[in-house]
Amino acid sequence: MYQTLIAPFDNFSFMRMALVGVLALALINGPIGLMLLMRRMTLVGNVLSHAVVPGAALGFVMVGPSMAVMGLTGFLSGVVVAILAGVATQLTPLRQDVNFVAFYLLSLTAGSLLVLAFGSNVDLMRVFFGTVLAIDLGVLAMIAAIATVVLVGLAVFYRPLLVDGFDPRFLGSVAGRTDVYAGMFMAMVVATLVANFLALGTLLAVGPLLLPAAAARCWATRLGAAMALSVLLGALGGYGGLLMSLHANMPSGPSIVLADGIIFVIALAASGRWSVMSRFKARGISP
Amino acid sequence: MSERHSRQLPESVGAALRGVSSAGAALWTSVEPRIRQWGAKARTRLRHYLDEGYALDGEAARPAAASITFEGATAIFGDAPALRDISGTFAAGSMSAVVGPNGAGKSTLLKLAAGLLQPRAGMIRREPADPRAIAFLPQRSEIDTAFPITALDFVALGAWRRYGSLATPNDDTRDSARQALAVVGLSDAAMRPIGELSIGNLQRLLFARLLLLDTRCLLLDEPFAAIDQATADDLLAVLRRWHGEGRTIVAVLHDLDQAREAFPECLVLARRVMAWGPTRCVLTEQTLRDARQAMQGN
Repeated sequence: MYQTLIAPFDNFSFMRMALVGVLALALINGPIGLMLLMRRMTLVGNVLSHAVVPGAALGFVMVGPSMAVMGLTGFLSGVVVAILAGVATQLTPLRQDVNFVAFYLLSLTAGSLLVLAFGSNVDLMRVFFGTVLAIDLGVLAMIAAIATVVLVGLAVFYRPLLVDGFDPRFLGSVAGRTDVYAGMFMAMVVATLVANFLALGTLLAVGPLLLPAAAARCWATRLGAAMALSVLLGALGGYGGLLMSLHANMPSGPSIVLADGIIFVIALAASGRWSVMSRFKARGISP
Repeated sequence: MSERHSRQLPESVGAALRGVSSAGAALWTSVEPRIRQWGAKARTRLRHYLDEGYALDGEAARPAAASITFEGATAIFGDAPALRDISGTFAAGSMSAVVGPNGAGKSTLLKLAAGLLQPRAGMIRREPADPRAIAFLPQRSEIDTAFPITALDFVALGAWRRYGSLATPNDDTRDSARQALAVVGLSDAAMRPIGELSIGNLQRLLFARLLLLDTRCLLLDEPFAAIDQATADDLLAVLRRWHGEGRTIVAVLHDLDQAREAFPECLVLARRVMAWGPTRCVLTEQTLRDARQAMQGN
């Protein structure tokens, strides 16, 4: 038991670093992912994760494979794409989803071409799939810093952020300033995605953000409980994924998202009207 | 355990630890008030920014009466004028029904009154001037009922101005939310998520939130459409109660009998004012026929 579940983290410092990283990520992925779900913005979240690519690529081209620079430029390009897509939605008759998908395709291709023009396929793979097991203290500090800022922001603006998501007109009628929250939330989402990108790459960054949140939403009806549960499930997925990657000799990033996915499928199967659990319950009640 | 542990330590170490901890405590007590002061100041600034200083003084910011006066207001909807040359006053403490054929501009009038829409010509004077002193209940709410919030917490949002964007509702707010739920007959549903409520009960819930919002002026766009008779009666009783408290009420109605029965004032609209005054004088067959003809003429 100890050998399988704990020893890897005792023996290998890279496993410890990775574990600390994914646990810190789980802390912000839970609440931010759930709020994305609540606002019906999962698609936007997915798009923004790709919007990080051109910035990260630009950072890579300018400075080389430095995670700190790539994270910063990635954040900037994510924010720029979010603003551009927002402005395009305001100014054109196209709906928000169309604009976001168009910008996602643009960023993905532009970013890939940039990396390939100045680097190798391996570099591109690193941008897309990340290197969880290569997390060093610097990257860990960045993830921790982002997580701290996002968590503090969430704590301070928790209520207006939520109400803006489900009854914006009412918030506008009682609070003086409501134009700040949509942008603030977008910035938080991009920051969270960048933190995930530092560990898992841009393609996988959405996985730990949305899957535990979706799984938690299957079980918990109250928002606070759902947030706590999604943090817990995210931590569990990160831990399980790291173990899986070590024991089955699989790439670590995809195994973490796979573990999150397995948790999500279990949650799906165990909730709802057609779930296994509710069938057992129904059988218990009927004579 | 800690006792045994400390006994093993040399006396000098214990003394040093005590010294350090007491020095730390002294430092903290000297710094703490300043940190708290900074925190409070930052909080106030942020709140002033987010809530624009609105109603921070509570009662003082709330006027005793509210009135809305239209002075030749005209509104355009698309290319065609939706409302032309509207003049008249919803007096402080009055309870008015707005009636008229479909497309007569009733909702537009209410949005103009609420300040959600600006007139193309003419003006609208509000007393008090801040449009947020007015509560507006739209015809179809844009509330995402899938959001996991209980009826009680939803109603408590009505007290938002009292505690601002940064604080959380306290027990007093929850008590008044419970009372508001009782007034609209939803006490049993307090802990249920809003997604489980029927359309009628959702309307009751919105009224309960208006109770907590506690504004002097209420604009309601078809508050009784698509709900059952019992709910409509209960909510009409709430309107009467607000009227009794001297609040200004304007409601768009389809049910003319309801307007005759419960609303002392009435405005008949057909893209312009057909008649505006006491309901029994205004709501006649003749004006209604005129209103229909005016709409066809347009």
